[in-house]
Amino acid sequence: MLRYLLQRGASSLFALLIITVIVFSLSQLSGSPVDALLPDDATQEQIDIFIREWGLDQPLWKQYLTFLGNAVQGDFGVSLKWPGESAMGFVLDRMPATLRLGGLAILITLIIALPLGIAAAVYKGSAIDRIAQGFALLGQSMPNFWLGIVLIWIFSVWLGWLPTSGIGSFAHLILPAIAIAWFQISALARLTRSAMLEVLDAEYIKLARVKGVSEWAVVFKHALRNAAVVPLTYFGILAASILTGSVVIESVYSYPGMGWVAIEAIRGRDFPVVQAVIIAYAVIYMLSNLLVDLLYVIVNPRIKHG
Amino acid sequence: MNTSQTDALLDVRNLKVEVTTKAGSFFPVNDHSFSVKSGETLGIVGESGSGKSMTAMSLMRLLPKHAAKIRGGSVKLDGRELLTLSEKEMRKVRGADISMILQDPQTSLNPAFTVGDQIKEALKLHAPGGRKTLRERTIDALRRVKVAAPEHRVNSYPGEMSGGMRQRVVGAIAISCRPKVIIADEPTTSLDVTVQAQYLRLLKELQDETGMAILFITHDFGIVANLCHRVIVMYAGRIVESGPVAKIFAKPAHPYTEALISAVPSLHGQKERLTTIPGQPPAPTDIVVGCPFAPRCQYADARCHSEAPPTVAADQSGDHTTSCWRAVEA
Repeated sequence: MLRYLLQRGASSLFALLIITVIVFSLSQLSGSPVDALLPDDATQEQIDIFIREWGLDQPLWKQYLTFLGNAVQGDFGVSLKWPGESAMGFVLDRMPATLRLGGLAILITLIIALPLGIAAAVYKGSAIDRIAQGFALLGQSMPNFWLGIVLIWIFSVWLGWLPTSGIGSFAHLILPAIAIAWFQISALARLTRSAMLEVLDAEYIKLARVKGVSEWAVVFKHALRNAAVVPLTYFGILAASILTGSVVIESVYSYPGMGWVAIEAIRGRDFPVVQAVIIAYAVIYMLSNLLVDLLYVIVNPRIKHG
Repeated sequence: MNTSQTDALLDVRNLKVEVTTKAGSFFPVNDHSFSVKSGETLGIVGESGSGKSMTAMSLMRLLPKHAAKIRGGSVKLDGRELLTLSEKEMRKVRGADISMILQDPQTSLNPAFTVGDQIKEALKLHAPGGRKTLRERTIDALRRVKVAAPEHRVNSYPGEMSGGMRQRVVGAIAISCRPKVIIADEPTTSLDVTVQAQYLRLLKELQDETGMAILFITHDFGIVANLCHRVIVMYAGRIVESGPVAKIFAKPAHPYTEALISAVPSLHGQKERLTTIPGQPPAPTDIVVGCPFAPRCQYADARCHSEAPPTVAADQSGDHTTSCWRAVEA
């Protein structure tokens, strides 16, 4: 089991390395930093000094290694848009806000989607199943920024129950969390339903009933244990895409999290911050996938032997 | 035919199961009556779709929830009516008094649990005990189905075992609570021939040991000859013939039984083409007038096509019955 986890960890690190290469190349593609950093009327001499100071005269691979070396220490340089802030420091500063929002969205998703998907499978064809299907269709066909605006219109403008935007109290989290969770609930409920349906048809479910096992244990012990792999796999993608995908919703609600920072940094061509955000997102992705790998082992003990 | 009722362990009378589909509803189990005594093996023979497995699942009361319903009749185990039990009471019967061996060992064990856990689960439900006793009884169940090194095997996952071994485990689950009746639904169909023979021998030994009754569902008359004391032959949801195996082999009373027996390939004698029964059984939703086998029957006359034959004695003894106009006339 340890070997399995080490393997997963190593391949995650490798993926992270590839991402740094991509991030580095992207910044090369977007033009010389000379244009971005120096004023238009800089003299040739100033430019030469700048190039030497920043190591821009070095071969690309050497520049990359320098970048990587600094990145490993969390140093992505200073922000251009927010003077005086270190790029990664600025991103990390905004991270808790995003984790809070994403965490709530994940919680809402799990609490609604899993029971809904299981119930829809167990009571296939019943009213609950049809409601779940309708909900899934609605959820997956509504873009989340649109839903976000509609929610603001109903609950903030019309009913006046919740704040329209910003950050501060728990109330500020509710609308954006729902807007993020909505789509994910549909996706996860559908996946859970189909995985459960497939498993509930299996012969070993029949055998469990033949043994005299109660229907509750048949569903939650025998079926769920086997069906869980599918929603669990999706959960890795879900957690990561909720945490990183809040970019749009954070903009809609002017919620100053990492997503908002990303948008602002891109708008301001603030490369150090953009790079820091991308790497931070990548690390979140890896960690949530590693967590899923760990959960796999718990749900499905056979992996231990593999 | 009523003589056996008093000492019958499992007694099924006029059992009727209705299945409702979009194409219409039909009776895959149509007025079944049969019984089985302790220590006896009853073969239930028929083609796929003849209602064999439906019969088995209705005895367990595990028919597909919405599609199938028991519409009448009685199932008595040791004199106790099963059809009127509550679901909770019925759960106590399943696995404890009646258990079942399913067809395909590749899929009938849960891949996420060790075989030990799966045997233990049945024991825990019906004969609870301490951790250590449960483990001992689990190992004992594996030992009884002749799994080698059962102390180690309890910790294996089904994926680590061969098909024959897994079917032994399924057998161990079935016998673990010492049931009075075991329903074996084509338990050897997916096993190799040699493994098949071993498994049948094992079932026989277990029966001798415990005196349990076995309902053996199969389409193979060869196995019936080997294993069963009595046999019922099913066709299109009806029992067309029933009686002691020796009598039925010696003198089949129904043309369908006759055709089935002659379809069993023989190891001895001339090599000839395998015999088949021409035609096909009626589709479940077809409305059958007369004898359902008539369209395929070489002896059928006008009455066979227009009027359903009654169940009558095939000889004087009364333990051999059939539903055929030829027997009525004889």
